[in-house]
Amino acid sequence: MQETPEHPPEATVSVHLRLNGIPVTIEVSPNAILLDVLREQLGLTGTKKGCDHGQCGACTVHLDGRAINACLRLAVMCEGQAITTIEGLANEGLAAGDALHPVQQAFLDHDAFQCGYCSPGQIMSAVALLEDRRVAGDIGTVREAMSGNLCRCGAYQNILAAIQDARLRLHGQEGGDDA
Amino acid sequence: MRTFAFARADSVERAVERRQGEPASAFVAGGTTLLDLVKLDVMRPSRVIDINALPLKSVERLHDDRLRIGALVTNTDLAYHPDVLADHPLLSQAILAGASTQVRNMATTGGNLMQRTRCPYFRDPTAACNKREPGSGCDARDGFNRMHAVLGGSDQCVAVHPSDMCVALAAIGATLTLQGPNGEREIDVADFHRLPGATPHLEHDLDDELIVAVTLAPPLKPLGTAYVKRRDRAAYEFALASAGAMLSLDEDLIGEARLALGGVATKPWRCHEAEALLAGKRAEIAAFEAAADVALADAEPLSHNAFKIPLARQAIVRALRDAARVAREDNA
Repeated sequence: MQETPEHPPEATVSVHLRLNGIPVTIEVSPNAILLDVLREQLGLTGTKKGCDHGQCGACTVHLDGRAINACLRLAVMCEGQAITTIEGLANEGLAAGDALHPVQQAFLDHDAFQCGYCSPGQIMSAVALLEDRRVAGDIGTVREAMSGNLCRCGAYQNILAAIQDARLRLHGQEGGDDA
Repeated sequence: MRTFAFARADSVERAVERRQGEPASAFVAGGTTLLDLVKLDVMRPSRVIDINALPLKSVERLHDDRLRIGALVTNTDLAYHPDVLADHPLLSQAILAGASTQVRNMATTGGNLMQRTRCPYFRDPTAACNKREPGSGCDARDGFNRMHAVLGGSDQCVAVHPSDMCVALAAIGATLTLQGPNGEREIDVADFHRLPGATPHLEHDLDDELIVAVTLAPPLKPLGTAYVKRRDRAAYEFALASAGAMLSLDEDLIGEARLALGGVATKPWRCHEAEALLAGKRAEIAAFEAAADVALADAEPLSHNAFKIPLARQAIVRALRDAARVAREDNA
């Protein structure tokens, strides 16, 4: 990556992203937060703002394949990176499509939500968790790995069931229940 | 949110140069502390220097077999690194006992060393806090201090150091490599975090420097480790008390023991006297309890946190007991 001259506080900086599979250039202030840019500038409102301090996980997106809190990331820091939001899990581009990722389908099948506000973040965390083979599949490990996503409705049992069912659909293996 | 200038550094030297003589500049790596505190108006950088392009993202095994961790290795990658799991399971255990998946994915090794306290008065710009605003007082001393320190505090500050990773580093022993305007120097991790004393706003032994690497001391052999963390909920919560223990056994006698505490002290708290007491003793509960008593002998409770002393005592005894069990298995 090229070293850039310093951008003053009032500057607008061009940032090049691969967003949900397509190249996108955004113009942002140095202090613009990725979450706000996704929602307000790019219209991707599937990613939710909850606590805005990294404590609730409603804003979880994938940055180069890893689950992160979009509320604690400067948009300018994402130059050259790949971002996936809930809209892009099963569809390419900047509009929500009809296709569902197996984890989204599992959340529907297991009624893994009530109000649904935390669901995009829960699903993004679940997908990243299932893709990261370093993380064990037992319920205790999954609970810990999902602890950065709060659900005020308390749908946790069904969320866990959905994740373990999706694990079977994706990897064809039992997670185990040694909590 | 407050505005700031932004620059991206492409070399360690340039990063340091950009910050030199500009104390209001801040390096950003993971951003999980910095942006949280900028939003709260607790940290007010005039300029943010992005160091994520620097080549500090690998874990290397040195010729003398020690592990050298680049400052930008994420907490997740460090916790799951095969060499760390093999040599220093305590570090992996401590990291995975802290924060959330998302935060661990973002947070870096250097950033974790630099993370700020969770003291609610520090995080509230309307409260008195000598750490945030020197001379303003300390609302925690006579306030809601259930979460605060029982070791290492001063009249000026009783804020707890929040890191789990740093507790493991304190127990293991580590050397930090710092790059400054006048070159590189090394510092023992034990000397990096300062006690608050009369200057709680000065948290680290840093002089216009950037942390570039952390080199771990060699592991004990045979090795048993355990990290026991007590907190208000089972995950994604800071410690009320935590204990990181490492020990080696010769038959059932303790060879060398290492012990460090989190959640109870103003800096990652190494317990040298307790370690000395354990050396050569039989690995049994009586010895662990005696060590815990020594480790906590100087603990001074505040109005709401006396419970931390027995809680820490239990965490120490359990960590030593579990570490001894693992060492026995390693011996077998």
